[in-house]
Amino acid sequence: MSAVVVRTRPGGAGGRGQETWSGRWVRRLRFYLPAVVVFVGTLAVWQVFANALAGKVTVLPAPSVIVETLRNHWDDARYPLGAAMQGTLTEALGGLALGTLAGVLVALASARFLTARDILLPVAVAASAIPIIAMAPLFNAWFGILNPLSKMMMAAVLVFFPVMANVTLGLVSVDKAALELTRSYASSEWAVVRKVRIPNALPYFFTALKLATTLSLIGAIVAEYFGGQRNVLGRIIVESASSLAFDVTWAAIMLGAASGIVTYLVVALLERLVIPWHASQRSEQ
Amino acid sequence: MSNPALAAPAGLASPATVGMRVRAAGRVLVSRRARLALFTVGLALLFWEGGKLLFGVPWRADGALIWNPPFRIPFFNDINLPHIWAVLGGFFQPWQRGKELLLWEYLAGAALFTWREAGLGFLFGSAIGLVLATVFVHSRLLERAFVPYVIASQTIPIIALAPLIISAFGQSMGSVVLIATYLVFFPVTIAMIRGLRSFDPRALELMRSYASPRRAIYWKLRLPASLPYFFTSLKIAATASIVGAIIGEAPGGIQNGLGRVIVTFSNYYATGPEKLWCAVIASALLGLVFYGLIALVEARTLRGRGPAG
Amino acid sequence: MTDNAPVVRLDGITMTFSRGGQALTTALEKIDLEIRRGEFVSLIGPSGCGKSTLLRIIGDLIAPTAGEVTVNGKPATRARLDRDYGMVFQAPVLFDWRTVQGNVELPLEILRFDRAKRTARAREMLELVELGDFVRHHPYQLSGGMQQRVAIARALAFEPSILLMDEPFGALDEMTRERMNLEVLRIWEQTGTTVVFVTHSIPEAVFLSSRVVVMSPRPGRITNIIDIDLQRPRNDATRETERYFELVTAVREALHHPGSTGSSGSTSSTSSSGSAAGPRPPSTGRLAVEGAVG
Repeated sequence: MSAVVVRTRPGGAGGRGQETWSGRWVRRLRFYLPAVVVFVGTLAVWQVFANALAGKVTVLPAPSVIVETLRNHWDDARYPLGAAMQGTLTEALGGLALGTLAGVLVALASARFLTARDILLPVAVAASAIPIIAMAPLFNAWFGILNPLSKMMMAAVLVFFPVMANVTLGLVSVDKAALELTRSYASSEWAVVRKVRIPNALPYFFTALKLATTLSLIGAIVAEYFGGQRNVLGRIIVESASSLAFDVTWAAIMLGAASGIVTYLVVALLERLVIPWHASQRSEQ
Repeated sequence: MSNPALAAPAGLASPATVGMRVRAAGRVLVSRRARLALFTVGLALLFWEGGKLLFGVPWRADGALIWNPPFRIPFFNDINLPHIWAVLGGFFQPWQRGKELLLWEYLAGAALFTWREAGLGFLFGSAIGLVLATVFVHSRLLERAFVPYVIASQTIPIIALAPLIISAFGQSMGSVVLIATYLVFFPVTIAMIRGLRSFDPRALELMRSYASPRRAIYWKLRLPASLPYFFTSLKIAATASIVGAIIGEAPGGIQNGLGRVIVTFSNYYATGPEKLWCAVIASALLGLVFYGLIALVEARTLRGRGPAG
Repeated sequence: MTDNAPVVRLDGITMTFSRGGQALTTALEKIDLEIRRGEFVSLIGPSGCGKSTLLRIIGDLIAPTAGEVTVNGKPATRARLDRDYGMVFQAPVLFDWRTVQGNVELPLEILRFDRAKRTARAREMLELVELGDFVRHHPYQLSGGMQQRVAIARALAFEPSILLMDEPFGALDEMTRERMNLEVLRIWEQTGTTVVFVTHSIPEAVFLSSRVVVMSPRPGRITNIIDIDLQRPRNDATRETERYFELVTAVREALHHPGSTGSSGSTSSTSSSGSAAGPRPPSTGRLAVEGAVG
């Protein structure tokens, strides 16, 4: 089933070395050109449109206005965007760390026991079917609505399940032949875990971690919707939107998006460093 | 694809026995799963009440003390963690002092309302996703132009747009449906781009040897081959649509749905914690029911494809 | 068209694959071949000799770099559009969401047969491959050999004038394979289609074919064409005849020494009809039967 996949990088295998540098760059450029055109085109149309309607429609302020807002409100008293991004990122990354740690520990503990694994995986499936963020008010009640920990825990819970499920799967779905091979060396159980199971689980772990970066931000921002300190992105989005300061809302949304993309890229980079043997095999994200 | 390991050799396979064997294996698996699920829920409740037994506040029935826990940890008080029977009992109390409607009836109404919004968003979103994916797999140019952004959307918390949509389009059901729709269409599009390409390449050669028109290749090969991906994405979409509906309702003033109920009950948490718990449980049940319905349709649709389709 | 008119005609077929814009591999070089109506022709050769590529070129699934393919007197593309081909691959390539019956009906739907005709025709084909009791089953409920029989029924369903088979039994165990060989011969005799059959099993090629085309790799070319004059109808006893062993040996020799010609049964062979060659030690024969190329 590997024949046809979503190709995200230009040029298939085999092209390397026989092509000149400039040739490769021309091809790459041509490959990305449509996406770039769409990006620039959208921005341009948006700007022109917003300028034409300036003063009338505020839902969609021009990109230039958003950039301006970002600058003006960075240290603002009412909508402190800079501090808000820092606050939300702290909650999200804290939750990411907590949830990932817990997920990996549970997976490591359970992978050896067949029944535990059979319980945990269905629990993870069930958890994926439940709108967990509806629990945000409960976390507010437990950890204090003004305490960033309540948001952090919400993010951690969202992160926990996919990490736990994926790492468990990775530890378990080991090539049987590899297991038999290691056994034939009379390796200890711990050696099997270290040499076979953990390397096998690493790609699963990173897949989950990339998903988890987004989930942690979602958890933090949505938990903020349900109340708490004002200097976080979620609160600023809700409050600015309800007082029709849409330029601020958009600026906050852009900061959220930027946080998501940057954390994702950091994890993707980490993946490349840690498991280059795997990342190089794949032609899809 | 077919699983050779499960197929009997030609001489032995009679139509009846093969089918029976497969069905029996399925039944064993399901009942084992059901038992494990019950076990898990039981374990969780045991920890809950066990914690209260050891670390909680004094247990009372009709005002009389029946148990005094030996240790105290503030977390296990009756506000943070009400007794299970208090939560269950909450379902059968009036939803508000002086009202006749019981909480479970009230919550069922709210859940149905939320489900209607989520369901509409689910329908629109998955239809849009399916159409977009179909366009993308047939046009390299459009794929290269737009798909990077669809994929990038998965790295950003697009739910952040929800309050903006509510404020921009008004506190109406339409806004909530819109939020659910866009939360659904991204995952469905991504999954279906892969799904519509997941066919066996030799099957394409086969279709070409019949000189099949593109349309026949789509309807008879690509689409049926993509169904497992479709259902997987629909299950994600079901949850996403409910999350979207609840979040859409919560900050806005849409009165009738679970989102609003959760906000309201969380404001009165100190006086009636079990109500918020009941609302959260109702949300969870709604999610499970929606997910389960799709899993059911999936199982029926993919029934003929053999184990692990 | 007379009985001896060529169904397939290959003229100077050359196929080169380009990789990374520059490096070229010549998969096939100047292949000429004629296949007559009702013939059973096997293409045999080691991996990489381009036999599957050649089959796909005949079926117009890939276009050759140079040369001409004529099928039933017209270009291959025309023939494909006229639905002259039935394809059978190494894997059954059944659609697992369709029943056995539905799989056989697939080409008939695309050819816009009406429903009644589709049902009747598919039934008939499934009876032919002796799967009449399994019409409502799904592919996963069948064994590998049964699945491959469904694939054959599907390929025959719309009565293509030529059947292209790409190592159809390569994935089956030896016993099933021998049974399938008998089955294919029976079907071929009943339907009278022309078959082009890719294999790397020497015994299979000899047992089935009226002619065996031996190919060699790098670049892929035809080194030998061996007439198989075994009596028909062939059956299990055929595999034990002297002539069978001789022919197997001949194909082996041709495969291992592509340069030399004139071994016991080469090109329109010398010792065709009078199969009265001297007795052989059985051991040689057994070795030959087991020998399959790569």
